[in-house]
Amino acid sequence: MATELKMPALSPTMEEGTLAKWLKSEGDKIEIGDIIAEIETDKATMEFEAVDEGTLAKILVDEGTEGVAVGAVIAMMADEGEDVGDVEAPSASAAESSDEKDDVEGEGKDVGQEPSEAEVTETAEKPTRSPASDPAIPEGTNMVSTSVREALRDAMAEEMRRDERVFVMGEEVAEYQGAYKVTQGLLDEFGAKRVVDTPITEYGFAGLGTGAAMGGLRPIVEFMTFNFAMQAIDHIINSAAKTNYMSGGQMRCPIVFRGPNGAAARVGAQHSQNYGPWYASVPGLIVIAPYDAADAKGLMKAAIRSEDPVVFLENELVYGRSFDVPELDDYVLPIGKARIVREGSDVTIVSYSIAVGLALEAAEELAGQGIDAEVIDLRTLRPLDKETVLESLKKTNRMVVAEEGWPTCSIASEIVAICMEDGFDHLDAPVTRVNNADVPLPYAANLEAMALIDTASIIKAAKKVCYIEE
Amino acid sequence: MAKKPAAKTKTPDAGNLAAIDDPDFALKSLQEEFEKNKTFDASEEQMLHFYEQMLLIRRFEERAGQLYGLGLIGGFCHLYIGQEAVAIGLQSALDNDRDSVITGYRDHGHMLAYGIDPNVIMSELTGRQAGISKGKGGSMHMFSTEHKFYGGHGIVGAQVPLGAGLAFAHKYNEDGGLTLAYFGDGAANQGQVYEAFNMAALWNLPICFVVEDNQYAMGTATKRSSAETRFYRRGTSFRIPGMEVDGMNVLEVRQAAEVAFKHIREGNGPVLMECNTYRYRGHSMSDPAKYRTREEVQDQKEHHDPIERIKKTLIEKGKSEDALKDIDKGIRTRVSEAADFAENSPEPEAAELYTDVLVEEY
Ligand SMILES: Cc1ncc(C[n+]2csc(CCOP(=O)(O)OP(=O)(O)O)c2C)c(N)n1
Ligand SMILES: [Mg+2]
Repeated sequence: MATELKMPALSPTMEEGTLAKWLKSEGDKIEIGDIIAEIETDKATMEFEAVDEGTLAKILVDEGTEGVAVGAVIAMMADEGEDVGDVEAPSASAAESSDEKDDVEGEGKDVGQEPSEAEVTETAEKPTRSPASDPAIPEGTNMVSTSVREALRDAMAEEMRRDERVFVMGEEVAEYQGAYKVTQGLLDEFGAKRVVDTPITEYGFAGLGTGAAMGGLRPIVEFMTFNFAMQAIDHIINSAAKTNYMSGGQMRCPIVFRGPNGAAARVGAQHSQNYGPWYASVPGLIVIAPYDAADAKGLMKAAIRSEDPVVFLENELVYGRSFDVPELDDYVLPIGKARIVREGSDVTIVSYSIAVGLALEAAEELAGQGIDAEVIDLRTLRPLDKETVLESLKKTNRMVVAEEGWPTCSIASEIVAICMEDGFDHLDAPVTRVNNADVPLPYAANLEAMALIDTASIIKAAKKVCYIEE
Repeated sequence: MAKKPAAKTKTPDAGNLAAIDDPDFALKSLQEEFEKNKTFDASEEQMLHFYEQMLLIRRFEERAGQLYGLGLIGGFCHLYIGQEAVAIGLQSALDNDRDSVITGYRDHGHMLAYGIDPNVIMSELTGRQAGISKGKGGSMHMFSTEHKFYGGHGIVGAQVPLGAGLAFAHKYNEDGGLTLAYFGDGAANQGQVYEAFNMAALWNLPICFVVEDNQYAMGTATKRSSAETRFYRRGTSFRIPGMEVDGMNVLEVRQAAEVAFKHIREGNGPVLMECNTYRYRGHSMSDPAKYRTREEVQDQKEHHDPIERIKKTLIEKGKSEDALKDIDKGIRTRVSEAADFAENSPEPEAAELYTDVLVEEY
């Protein structure tokens, strides 16, 4: 049987091209790899290589012909032992024409390629989830006042004792005991193999940590603050978050990226930013941002045990605050579960991280004014506990979101969207965002105070959604 | 884990001289060792195997190029044609029970070098359920954790610190393995590469960094992008010994691997190897082909082709031309089967859209 040689495409968007030159003539013997012809478009040139051997029997398209459709038969090749004279041209051209598509330069990607024609029988649906509840704390459990800083350190130390694969790396985490002393004492207990001081090379060590997770370890990568993780965000998102998906579930990346996030005090615009919304927008990541010490401990332990990459956002201003932490051997909290930190019936204040403290203060003051506010601490930003938010909305019908961070494309925006889509019938007032001012954080004390979220603005918003005049 | 900084004990006037006289500072030692004998003493059987493996990559990639032309493969598709000797020479020297490999997006050849079924590789290229990543990774994102092949990375240079992390894990676990981390001449200019060099040397990690210098990063010739184009020298400031290797000669690459891997396995830390090679095809599928002359490409194909070279050696050793041709026939049949399989396999189930985003449920 003779073989048809068809006009090749240089990219799936190519519709037609010029047959610039024949490098073989009728009757020539052809070996695999021989260049038979040259094809051109206005953007690129390609050599047409033989993939079969035989004899060039008939040339059907002359050289210099423009507008040759992709897939058109341009020549016939006789197979070994076949008589060249017996080869006939096919009756009709196999090429089909379709609409013009833009071909773009670059790496050669198929912009404008038609979607696959394969039938998709079922539509894909994102599975719904319902997170586990916090474990019950046995009656009579001793509660110990612990700072968030200590709680985080204890969580890491407990997990390092439990699992040899867990190690901590970052700038100043070992000998210096941590820039904010969160890793205090870890070097003494676990040694330099497992508490590793790195050079100032965020991109490099975030990548190295991610690789170590791929290689079976359980790294905890500390960023001195999350502002510096911008150097490394490529590895967090492109290397850590997407690998499991791209490998069809083969290659896991159980890593924790942790460090202080959000505004500190008077450190200016480049050191004051909440990255919660950035990371929370990325499928493949877990994003945790606790407020109190017990949650910090229980969630840090869960984060280290998770098979998935976790971004764990702490807050420098909260490190020194102390809270009760249950004295239990193994206090692990469920990831993805919000917590009602104050029950109320008139209005819901949704919050996370440092703003939870402000929300609680606001709720106290509102109580004095006869308004009973419920306060929700999201704790995990991805996956977000919609259920708890919507249940509370059902009860109070009014909602305010308090977030230390910019308003645009924020977690607050996300909560508003959730309420619009799934809680519309329960709304008695528009959900209102209370955020920082939409400016880089100024250094001047007065301007900084004006830019940051505060209790007064939360109270004001809560009253507004309750239609109460100030 | 980190070496004690020598500087602390240094007297001021010991200064720079100390570094020069430092007997550990053996940056050229591996190259010198390699220069003594550059050709791996392969048995005929081994040579035949190299030939087969390189030819499999070549035919597979040719076929992939065709399938791309037919619209069965989309997006980016970076072919390895011309560079076969690098992956085969190096990976044939690995201990696959322990060692790990990581590379960039030009990854089909490295997968085939493991003997991974061409069907599952080709099906990944066509985006089918049977693909090694269930069709969710594509040409640039192939992985086989079973073989300790860690991909398949699309961001230029990212695989270098990731590779250092794999090496960190080998050392941490004391499993005796080493990591082979490949990257391109273009990638060699990324800052994170040097961050990784520094940490790898500082912590004595078991890793062989390999620059696959195919002379171009897309349309940019190395001399237009790199102040130092002899990439093996770039480890100098991190005290990483360098090696310069003809990447078009599989026996030379293999010999270089012997020298480098021995050094690494003996606990001496990283090695930087530059393999000089050439890609015959465009960077990805559509390529303006204006940045180099046809004569240049033709010269490489005619005078430096790695497969022709080993073929010649085999014929000199008495293998018949016909026998080699039969091998080629067999490979072509195998690749055709893979192409048919990849074309006819079903696309992933719609439900796969939401699988593998996370491992656990929350
Ligand atoms: C960080 C980043 N920048 C740019 C690109 C686009 N890009 C993809 S491949 C490439 C050239 C890389 O050349 P080289 O490292 O020599 O590898 P080769 O393709 O020759 O194997 C570029 C610029 C990218 N993928 N990632
Ligand atoms: Mg290159």
